[in-house]
Amino acid sequence: MSNDTHQHVDSVTTYVLVFVGLICLTVATTAVAFVDLGPFSVVVALGIACCKMLLVALFFMHVRHSTKLTRLVVLGGLLWLGILLLLTLGDVMSRGWVGVPGR
Amino acid sequence: MASDAHVHGHEETLALREQFDTADQQKDASTLGMWIFLITEVMFFGGLFLAYTVYRHTYPDVFAVASTSINVYWGAANTVVLLCSSLTMVLAVRAAQLGQKQMIVLFLILTLLLGGVFLGVKAKEWYDKYEEHHIPGPTFHLEGLNPDNAVSQGHAQLFFSLYFAMTGLHALHMVIGAGLLLYLIVEARKGIYSPEYNTPVDLIGLYWHFVDIIWIFLFPLLYLIDRHMK
Repeated sequence: MSNDTHQHVDSVTTYVLVFVGLICLTVATTAVAFVDLGPFSVVVALGIACCKMLLVALFFMHVRHSTKLTRLVVLGGLLWLGILLLLTLGDVMSRGWVGVPGR
Repeated sequence: MASDAHVHGHEETLALREQFDTADQQKDASTLGMWIFLITEVMFFGGLFLAYTVYRHTYPDVFAVASTSINVYWGAANTVVLLCSSLTMVLAVRAAQLGQKQMIVLFLILTLLLGGVFLGVKAKEWYDKYEEHHIPGPTFHLEGLNPDNAVSQGHAQLFFSLYFAMTGLHALHMVIGAGLLLYLIVEARKGIYSPEYNTPVDLIGLYWHFVDIIWIFLFPLLYLIDRHMK
């Protein structure tokens, strides 16, 4: 068999740097949780979580080396998750806005 | 078929089954299949995250009191443990890509040990909740609710039902992951993973990192976002 595999092997330094980044973000999100940012506490916490997710997916899960088809499937999955969250929350959170007879 | 495969210089090996033209094509198909499975898992956990968000929106004050009763330091420490296990897992995948057979086994064992530490800490946290009567049921009682009546206690039980469902389902995934790691360790000790064939290490790595990502979202949502109100 010809050795035609062209898998990308990242350096240990890359992985260690990503890991250090993840630890820094964990410390940051824990520390900032004790600061009163009002409603922005949720925004900051989820923003940091999304950054961590991107680091893990792009580097540890090799999405940055993956095929276009795999990337499309990943984005498609996140799109469906977005539909699930946005439409349900849009319904639940807007229920109090207009008076509904009988409620 | 056999002669056809022979013409192309292919033999059916672990690295190339006969339905694929090239090892690359086979690897891409396996990776795509694993991602589609992980997307179904995203939707599965997504429903729980959604339920949590809806009830947190409905009962914000009770959820804040319940959320701050969880020890944030154990949660943060466990996050670090899980991130370490993701690093050792990716280094095991790298060792497999390079065919470093001893290193694969070493990093897989480290990953398994760190996964065990995570589950141990999780068990300790659950035991604390048991001792504090924070497990939903007849003996449930959460201090600090205002007003402290049966209705508020019911809403607090809703928080802990979601807490145990989400962390429990995550822990179940960790246990399954630990079983998969044991399988990989046994196989890797036989020396079957090489630069040409390392798909199982790669795909179980994807699963392990996915479970890590779920925790990356569980940690702020369950432990952190109401912390400043205390």
